Amino acid sequence: MAEQSMPLWEVFIRARTGLAHRHVGSVHAADAEMALQAARDTYTRRGEAVSIWVVPSAAIVASDPAEKASLFEPTASKIYRHPSFYEIPEEVGHM
Amino acid sequence: MTTIHIEETPHLCAVLRLADTSLVLAHRLSEWCGHAPMLEEDLALANIALDLLGQARLLYQHAAELEGKGRTEDDFAYLRDAPQFRNYLIAELPRGDFAFTIVRQTLVSAFFHPFWQRAAGSRDATLAAIAAKAEKEVAYHLRHCGAWLVRLGDGTEESHRRTLAALDALWPYTGELFEVDAVGRAMIDAGVLPDPETIRPVFEATVDRLLREATLPKPPATWMHSGGLRGVHTEHLGHMLAVMQHLQRAYPGAVW
Amino acid sequence: MYTQALNEAVERPRVVEDPEKLAAFQARIDAEEKIEPNDWMPEAYRRTLIRQISQHAHSEVVGMLPEGNWLTRAPSLKRKAALLAKIQDEGGHGLYLYAAAETLGVSREELYEQLLAGKAKYSSIFNYPTLTWADIGCIGWLVDGAAIMNQIPLCRTSYGPYARAMIRICKEESFHQRQGYEIMLTLCRGTPEQKAMAQDALNRWWWPALMMFGPPDSESVHTEQSMRWKIKRFTNDELRQKFVDATVPQAHYLGLTIPDPELRYDEATGHWRYGKIDWEEFKRVIAGFGPCNRERLEAKRKAHEEGRWVREAALAYAAKQRARAMAQKIAAE
Repeated sequence: MAEQSMPLWEVFIRARTGLAHRHVGSVHAADAEMALQAARDTYTRRGEAVSIWVVPSAAIVASDPAEKASLFEPTASKIYRHPSFYEIPEEVGHM
Repeated sequence: MTTIHIEETPHLCAVLRLADTSLVLAHRLSEWCGHAPMLEEDLALANIALDLLGQARLLYQHAAELEGKGRTEDDFAYLRDAPQFRNYLIAELPRGDFAFTIVRQTLVSAFFHPFWQRAAGSRDATLAAIAAKAEKEVAYHLRHCGAWLVRLGDGTEESHRRTLAALDALWPYTGELFEVDAVGRAMIDAGVLPDPETIRPVFEATVDRLLREATLPKPPATWMHSGGLRGVHTEHLGHMLAVMQHLQRAYPGAVW
Repeated sequence: MYTQALNEAVERPRVVEDPEKLAAFQARIDAEEKIEPNDWMPEAYRRTLIRQISQHAHSEVVGMLPEGNWLTRAPSLKRKAALLAKIQDEGGHGLYLYAAAETLGVSREELYEQLLAGKAKYSSIFNYPTLTWADIGCIGWLVDGAAIMNQIPLCRTSYGPYARAMIRICKEESFHQRQGYEIMLTLCRGTPEQKAMAQDALNRWWWPALMMFGPPDSESVHTEQSMRWKIKRFTNDELRQKFVDATVPQAHYLGLTIPDPELRYDEATGHWRYGKIDWEEFKRVIAGFGPCNRERLEAKRKAHEEGRWVREAALAYAAKQRARAMAQKIAAE
């Protein structure tokens, strides 16, 4: 009989203060505390972190890649959101 | 190389006790590598072993300085026989099952965390620096093994039974941690090492808290083993050293 | 390589894929786009990846055993620390790879059960025994050296999670081969007995190391499709030749003899030409009849069985804690 599986946790690491947490992989653990420790022992063996997040993998809601076009392409036409859209005379200086 | 002879001053002897304890424990933990209950735990136990091995090396290097005869860390580790080892007996017991390893590491860490905290104020500056590093490492060992102790104690019937058995087997080895002989007294008086009596309340509080959470009964006061500090060991240490020292003994003087 | 058994023929999946989707998928691959877990992919791509990544993961965790055999006998504290860190890394790499495989919809438990049941393959190299300390040097130098040859191109493999795991692994493994070569160098500069130990180890590990790259291209079943999908970027023979070219001068520097009487330098091509590999031995070891196949799997099964109560306890405690939190919440309401 296959044994009950250990829950899966996604691991996020902040490499240095000031940086955002970045996804690095996953670990298996029965609960949050053990997941945090497993993440520490697995993903920070070379001083890669100042902070760790672990999140139950099942708690992550992801967008559907098939909807990439409808989700992300409409923004491409909104060029007025970018600073280069506006013309400011050079004499005004940096803005 | 044949077995070396060390003239132990109290200071040197005290440092060797700490070094040997760290090395022997690291060795026992390393026996799990590749055989742990889950992959995550392979990594965790190896991390603890590497911390302890690192502590042992620094302590042996310090011992070599104190002795002043140009010896290396490896001379101390590989060229002394069991009666010259000064580790606490609790460190040398075979690794046992996972419960045994966890209970031992929890008990030892519950002692050494406050021990290193206090030793960070040692009059021996090198020892103080080693202690400051070790204190942080052992704090994590205590957190990790303490968390496992609670889970094993309050897990299933089987895990509870195994953990209780390990606790009963190991508890009689905790008395030695608090022994103060002439060497210990000299080190306390010189401000080199803390008085274990000052550590006892912290140790007891940590153990009581963890056992309560783990739903395990505190073992009753009992007769305590003793001997490691003066080189009178269990039968297990000789076997461990026979394996560990094999190459150094088989090819005397070779460099590896 | 760590996934050399991929080269065996397996039953093709019977799924009939939508040709339009297939073409779009191939176009993404050709454009060097990475494929991510939720993206559409052909069933055969998914299955090939699961097999390749899990074989790679199994190789890492089984690979902990032959080196672990010397952990308690490492001849100096420095070597002991380096070896423990290296073996631990291998466990970590197995873990990263299982994690990458899990993004394809299989669980680690499932994959691990296959390994323990003897149904999954791992690299043939780990079925050879480590008889002397020099074997630890040889494993680092030759086995990790061969692995790096294979793994560096895998950092650009088309499946995102696999590529990212490989980048991490390659970065961490950079010390492994150096660690091994330094052991060999120390032995070769040591006593005559130590030098003989080094030569003996090379004699035993050389051919199995060459076999790590898998069967010759002429007999390799999956290479073509894997190349087209950019799961694989070089053929077995290309990587093997690269390895030989890099390794022969390193052996000469050590003053050791490669155990191949036919080995010679080809001026015209700049390659070292090697003799015939005993593919019968390779097939035998892959099929389960190597010197240590039985021991390796037995050790892993034993650890897994003896750890069962620990995993059960962790899960039981977590369930109790959840129930307690729930009861508290209800009581508070």
